[in-house]
Order: sequence, then C-alpha cells, then structure tokens
Amino acid sequence: MSLYVSHLTKLYGQQKAVNNISFSIEKGEIVGFLGPNGAGKSTTMKVATGYLPPTSGTVQVNGLDVTTHSLKIRKMMGYLPEHNPLYLDMFVHEYLHFVGKVFGISSTNLKTRIPEIIGLCGLGREQNKKIEELSKGYRQRVGLAQALIHNPDVLILDEPTTGLDPNQILEIRKLIKEISRDKTVIFSTHIMQEVQAICDRVIVINQGEIVADDKVANLLKRQSHVFVVVEFEGEVNESELLALDGVEKVTCIQKGLYRLAAREGADLRQEVFRLAADKNLSLIGLRQEENSLEEIFRSLTAKDTVA
Amino acid sequence: MIQVFAKEFNSFLNSLIAYIVIGAFLTGICLLMWVFPETSVLDYGFADLDTLFSMGPYVFIFLIPAITMKSFAEEKKMGTLELLLTKPLSDWSVVLGKFLATWALVFLALIPTVIYYYSVYRLGNPVGNIDSAGVMGSYIGLALLAMVFCAIGLLASSLTANQIVSFILAAFLCFIVYMGFDSLSSFGGNSALAVKQVGILYHYESLSKGLIDSRDVIYFFSVTGFILLTTKVVISSRQW
Repeated sequence: MSLYVSHLTKLYGQQKAVNNISFSIEKGEIVGFLGPNGAGKSTTMKVATGYLPPTSGTVQVNGLDVTTHSLKIRKMMGYLPEHNPLYLDMFVHEYLHFVGKVFGISSTNLKTRIPEIIGLCGLGREQNKKIEELSKGYRQRVGLAQALIHNPDVLILDEPTTGLDPNQILEIRKLIKEISRDKTVIFSTHIMQEVQAICDRVIVINQGEIVADDKVANLLKRQSHVFVVVEFEGEVNESELLALDGVEKVTCIQKGLYRLAAREGADLRQEVFRLAADKNLSLIGLRQEENSLEEIFRSLTAKDTVA
Repeated sequence: MIQVFAKEFNSFLNSLIAYIVIGAFLTGICLLMWVFPETSVLDYGFADLDTLFSMGPYVFIFLIPAITMKSFAEEKKMGTLELLLTKPLSDWSVVLGKFLATWALVFLALIPTVIYYYSVYRLGNPVGNIDSAGVMGSYIGLALLAMVFCAIGLLASSLTANQIVSFILAAFLCFIVYMGFDSLSSFGGNSALAVKQVGILYHYESLSKGLIDSRDVIYFFSVTGFILLTTKVVISSRQW
C-alpha cells in the first residue's frame, strides 16, 4: 500500500496553495510533512483524501486515483483533519460506533473492535463521557481512534499533536509509532522534535513547493556549520576567540558566554581548551551543539520568505 | 445513508431539539384546536379537523427550519463536514440521510395528532360523523408539505455556515413556496392558474379534499427531488 503524489497543483482562485509537487510514500514508512504556516500542508492532505480536487496532477493510493475511485480509497484511509473536528454531542462509544458503521464494520465486529481501539488510544478512563466533556488531549485521542477504527492502510494525520501538553505529545507520538508499523503514514507538523522522534523521512514544503525530501539522518548532515558554546568566568576578548583555527564567527550570547561557528568537520573544543590554558582563563562550560533540524528547517524555508 | 440517518435521528432524540419541536407543535396546535375560541372545534360545532390542517403549515414554516438549520451549517462551522465527506459516504447518502431524519422527526410530531381525529370522531353526532377520507388526504398532504419544507431547510442550511441565516432563509423560502405563488397569481391574468400551480397551497388544498391525485403527489416529490438535488450540488461544489 502506498501513496503517490505526482505533479500536484492546487489553486485557490489565483493563489497557488500547492505548486507542482511530487513524492511517494511506501508501505511501512512514517513521513513527516513539515512546513511553516500556510505552506500548503493541509491542502495537500485534503487533496490526498479526496475532499478537494487537484487543479492538476494526480494522487494515487495503491494504484487507484483519488478523484475517480474516491469512495474505494476513503475506505482504506484514516484521516484526522486539522483542528480535529468531532461531534461534541455524542458519547465516545456512540461516535466510534457511528464511524465504524460508516466504514462498513458489522455490529458484532465493532463490539470487540471499539474496546480494542479505546485501549490502544488510551481512552479507557474517559470512554463513558460525552466528547464535549473531554479535555483537548482526550479529544485528540478520539480523533485518532476514529481514524484508526477500520485499521486503515494509509493514515493521514494533520497536525495530530497541536495544543497538547508535553506528556500528551509524548504519548500520542508513541501511539503513532506503535500503530504505524504496517501502514503508510503521513503526518504534518511544524514541530521539529516530533519529526526527529518518529519519522523515517521528512518532506519539507515551503510556499507550495517541496524544498527537501530526504531521510531525517541525511537531512541533519546537510548542516554546513558546527557550533560550540563556551562559557568563561568573566569576559574574554572576542578577537582572541575569532583567531582560533577554524572559527568563522563568534556571537556573544551574554557576558562570558559565546557561540562559535566553524566549518563542518572541525572540532573546536580542543582549540578552546588550549586557549583557556594558555591565557589562564577559567573555562566553566564547553559544549558542542547537536545538529538541529530546526536550523535546517529555518535555512530551507527562510530563503524565499520575506522576513 | 442509514448510518447518517441513524446518527442524525439519534442526535435529535438525544438533544432537546426533538422534544422542543414536538412539544411546541403539539401545544400550539392543541391550543388552536381546543382552547382558543376563534378556532376551537368545540365552539365551531362542526366535526372536522380544519384547524389542524390550515394552521399546521404555518407552524411548520417556523418549526421545520428550526430543525434543519443546524444540519449542514453547524457541520460546516465545526469542520465535521470534512470528516463526514472524507468517510466512505457519497454526497447523496449524506444529504438523503439528513433529509430523512428530519422528515422522520416531523412524522413523530404528527403522530400524536391522531388523538385529535379520534376525539372529534367520538364527539361527532352521530358518532363517526367526520369526513375520514378528507382527513386522510389532509394528513398525506401535510406529510408531503413537510417533506418539501425539510428539503428547503436542508438547502438553506447547506448554503451558509451561520445557523441564524439558515433559519431565516429557510422560513422565508418555505413561506414563498407555500403561499407566495398563490398570492402572486392574483396579478397574472391568463397565467394565473399556472402561477398558482407552482405553489404548494394549490396542491395541498387539492389533497385535503380527500382525493389523492397523482399529479399532486408527483408535484410534491419532484419539487423535493429538485431541491435535494440543488443541496447535493451545493455540497459537491467544493469539488469545483
């Protein structure tokens, strides 16, 4: 089971929401769909679910086109729309029963399936409440539960973790990771750690165009600089730091705390230590920064945007 | 379609909507039929249900839009329409499911009025001195009229995400279709009858006489079909 998007363009009136993007996702892959606000993430997902038609280009799920085989595809797809819309006046069981029925699951099967999905999504404690009585995190779980009830092959999640507290985010991430072993999963977010935590691959989209489509690990290697943060007791002459071998830029974060940028491959730590020893400076902190997706994300998406 | 029907109907019964609608309808009609002296059957002295069938449509003009106003408007506002339309449900099954649920609710409100028929039947002198065929025809007419009103209400609801706009639009359209054409026909010389026949009142009155004319029945079903088709087109218009 796989998802193919080829040369997809979507116009809203004159505005190009998505501009000629192509990608494919194979079974068993979790792909993070990353981009700043208004980049076209949700639009791509809406087209992929068949809710909106593409202006041009095609989306195929398992070889079937979403515009022509819409009903068939919707049966094997689980979709959690942005903002997680729910029927607030329904009870959790009632709602899941309704969704299950819509997917053509028989009542007898639902009797076992609903408790199963409630357990899987961690809804146990709140299962007998009305949806409107649930907190945001539990509503999100109900949203996930309805997307998963028919055990779909393709899972499309639009910002599944927005507005959750840190514990809930961790739990939802774990859940997505657990359930996605044999599925095709695409989820959108603008939280970098999330991508790093659960995705195999990441597609970065900006202003309707794909700016990166790569394995997370490969993307991390793209960073052109390494950063070292050093802390001295008392101020140090910045020019001395700049004179160190390999240092390209020095930024003072606060008094005594500096961030040094160097070309990739260089290890500044020894240099800094030697400098401290030579000049008799008391070095109290020395740390090499992990490469962060955030930096890469910023550099990829900041190019064309007017800040 | 059955799933949407069941969900909608249950949501009427699980919320106050159904009880308020049925309660308001029955209380209103009951007061008009048995209490208010101007329209009371008891004071009138003739054994018929005219009050029910002449006032019923006016009560429906307000009640049915109140039932239907949320059906699409709220779903649009809450975003649940996207949820519903990305499930394996065709646009038709969503529209028809909602339509049948509202119509069923109106039936539920009409059923208790059978007691009125029975009461008048017993009160007649001699007992049973009531035009049963006329009452039957009127019931069918009222049910068909409610069907058109439900369809109009759904259409109005599908056009907007604001429930108040939906309600006012639906009530206005129901009013126009029910008696607007009838009133307009007084302008038209030669085409007066044709204009009159476009409206519901002409066909409703014809059915009230107890004669189930297939032309009237076809009229009601084709108007409903046309309005539902328009609703479906409005829902599908996101695909344009």
